[in-house]
Amino acid sequence: MSVDVSPQAVTKPPAAANVSSLAFRLRDYGIVAAFVVIVIALSVSTDTFLTSANLVNLLDQTAVLGLLAVGATVCIISGVFDLTASATLALSAIIGVQIVKVTNVYVGFAGAVAAGALLGFVTGMVVTRSGVNSFVGTLATSLVYRGLAVMVTGGAIVYPLATQAEDFGMLTWPSLFGLTSATIVFVVVVAAIGVIVARTTFGRRLYAVGGNAEAARLSGIRVGSIHVSAFVISGVCSALAGLILASRAGSAQSTMATGMELTAIAAAVVGGTSILGGEGAVWRGVVGALLLTLIGNGFNLLGWDTIYQQVLQGCLILFAVTMDRWLRKRTR
Amino acid sequence: MSTDGNRAPSISVRGIGKSYSGVSVLRGVDLDIAPGEVHGLVGENGAGKSTLLKILGGAIRADAGTIGFDGEQVSIASPRDAIAHGVSLISQEGALVPALSVLDNVFLAGWSHRGGLVRARRDKRRLAELVELTGFTVDPDARVDRLPIGVQQQVEILRSLARGARVIALDEPTAVLGEHEKENLLGLIRRLAAAGTTVILISHFLDEVLSVADRITVLRDGNLVRTGDAADTSPRDLVAQMVGREIDVLYPDPDPVPDGAPVVLSARNLRRGLVQGIDLEVRAGEILGIAGLVGSGRTETLRLLFGADKPADGVVEVDGVEIKRGAPRHAMAAGVAMVPESRKEQGLVMVRSVAENVALSSLPGRRVGPFVRKRAEGAAVGDISRTVDIRAANPAAAIETLSGGNQQKALFAKWLLRAPRVLLIDEPTRGVDVAAKTQIHHLITGLARDGMAVVCVSSEIEELLALSHRVLVLRHGRPVGEFPRGTTPETVISAAFGDQEVPT
Repeated sequence: MSVDVSPQAVTKPPAAANVSSLAFRLRDYGIVAAFVVIVIALSVSTDTFLTSANLVNLLDQTAVLGLLAVGATVCIISGVFDLTASATLALSAIIGVQIVKVTNVYVGFAGAVAAGALLGFVTGMVVTRSGVNSFVGTLATSLVYRGLAVMVTGGAIVYPLATQAEDFGMLTWPSLFGLTSATIVFVVVVAAIGVIVARTTFGRRLYAVGGNAEAARLSGIRVGSIHVSAFVISGVCSALAGLILASRAGSAQSTMATGMELTAIAAAVVGGTSILGGEGAVWRGVVGALLLTLIGNGFNLLGWDTIYQQVLQGCLILFAVTMDRWLRKRTR
Repeated sequence: MSTDGNRAPSISVRGIGKSYSGVSVLRGVDLDIAPGEVHGLVGENGAGKSTLLKILGGAIRADAGTIGFDGEQVSIASPRDAIAHGVSLISQEGALVPALSVLDNVFLAGWSHRGGLVRARRDKRRLAELVELTGFTVDPDARVDRLPIGVQQQVEILRSLARGARVIALDEPTAVLGEHEKENLLGLIRRLAAAGTTVILISHFLDEVLSVADRITVLRDGNLVRTGDAADTSPRDLVAQMVGREIDVLYPDPDPVPDGAPVVLSARNLRRGLVQGIDLEVRAGEILGIAGLVGSGRTETLRLLFGADKPADGVVEVDGVEIKRGAPRHAMAAGVAMVPESRKEQGLVMVRSVAENVALSSLPGRRVGPFVRKRAEGAAVGDISRTVDIRAANPAAAIETLSGGNQQKALFAKWLLRAPRVLLIDEPTRGVDVAAKTQIHHLITGLARDGMAVVCVSSEIEELLALSHRVLVLRHGRPVGEFPRGTTPETVISAAFGDQEVPT
């Protein structure tokens, strides 16, 4: 029994190693390369792209989808889907407005975030306790949340009081470095979640549960509570995204952001997070959301007909997922 | 669909070999089977019987060798090819579509149709003919997942016949059957063979094979040991050939258990499903082996000890303190660890790195607040990796890039990092190369020497006998014997088979 561990013990033909490590890097950072290519193309082909006004605008536009994409990424890493994201967004924004009306803007905003966390917790409990596949479980739960949003508002648009209207729009105000407050919220929250996922023991458990739930359970991890936590994080992200939308519109309503949960999942996947769970990163969700937003931005700047925008987005998603699968096959 | 006029082919297999990640499970097997013959395949768990059948049935592809029917070499690359050549495989796992009816399953992908429309009435008549031929009684409209397992098997046999199979290969068909159903099946096998169908039968029940087969092939460690007429063979011969004499691995001897070593792990009256009342005690420094056939409840017993499944009844104690049931974390807190049966399904998170996998079961020990202490973790993982000799180019590499032996060592490392008092090991060296196997054996005896209580389950009887101080034999979820060190493999296997005719 040898106790000598030299790295050279692993023998691999050098040529094959080079090819596979190149493929690994492509798989890991291909999406960043694609992003940079589009940025350069837009910078060269338009005068307007690389202006600070446009960049501020771009980040502001990304904030809502970005927050949802990060929530989706956390859930997908842990092996579940959260289709309640946009319904949670609407319901918590509405609850936020209602609280604003009886208290003030700050309490209302805090209440919205708390509502998002609570709704995420409920979603998580429904999925883990019922044992239903998360796709179906959250689809059903999202109908309930949308329905509650209709009930609370009576189908109407809800506004803060006229005296509160100005403060209510605070997330659209310019802030540090000329960025909007919404962008700052987005950056701070995403950075915090990024650190949690990448550096904490909770993050480790998140990846383990998504990669192999049974192995995680047999390692003493409470799989159910990890999933519930992922849904709570997603709920908070949704609530913040809802507040940004409401703050911009000066109101909230039950049909807010309908269908956006799917765009968020698409952004997560475009960023390179494996749909199978156990792999991925928060920054990937951000890059995916930026990329999808960038396409819309490019269409505007280039004066292209936006009729083709969705087709291009769909093709991009297909391309990203196909590349991911192809590279994965090559490296295994 | 009729077998008339179609003579069953003679099968001729030459030099068939198969290996998984460098470990050979079949080595150069040559086999000839005559038309209309019933051919028995016997061997210990992992001898390569099922692999051979799966190759014939097109479920997996051989790495080497050729397959011939009636003297003509054929290529079987998929189940579709096998069916086209008239070979039908009935595997242990079953291959029915649970939510479909008996009728739809029998004619799966071979429904009668006119212009794409299924002609169910015609299929019902076809089914009635087959049912008459076999003597089964099945309701054609019943959903198969609501049928008892024995009837499900009949549905599979009906399907083989519906496809006009001229060779039917059955993997452990009687393991799930009651006495009466078993007799029916053996009767049917005789009738099919008399009508010209070739039958290949894997079974652990030697009497049964001897009573129905014309000839019997014994496999051991992927090698064909002998093919002979059933008439000149006794169960005793078969056992001797299955076990073999030569030992290709040098096993370390465990140190004797010190006198007065305290009992660390004890279990009383453990029950759940297959497991029908297990009592055991393991002392510090002792290695208890658990032997038995597949389905005897070995793995299930280990899982109950670890709390991976919740026992229906019974108590597990560590140092005399009862462990709370229902989740592995309670057993882990009491100092119990388990290396599970399948490292891919239950042990490792294949897409994550070596370091993350090794650290997974001891995360709380190395953190500051919520944050992982990467440096402390890296050092601890490095130390334990050197102890068990994991050969990885980089601890940050995904664990799926490692060889089976290194993955298995990483799985041991993951649990040893917790410094457990009790180590439960299910199949310590499955799918592991010879060098890593020896290292793992030394590791296990070394752990016992340091005072760990070890419970080990292995399908490799030689390994189990060499490592264990005592061997407990299970059959149908009950202990049927306990043997001290130095017992022969024949004795243990006889107890596991419940074969009274083999003298001990």
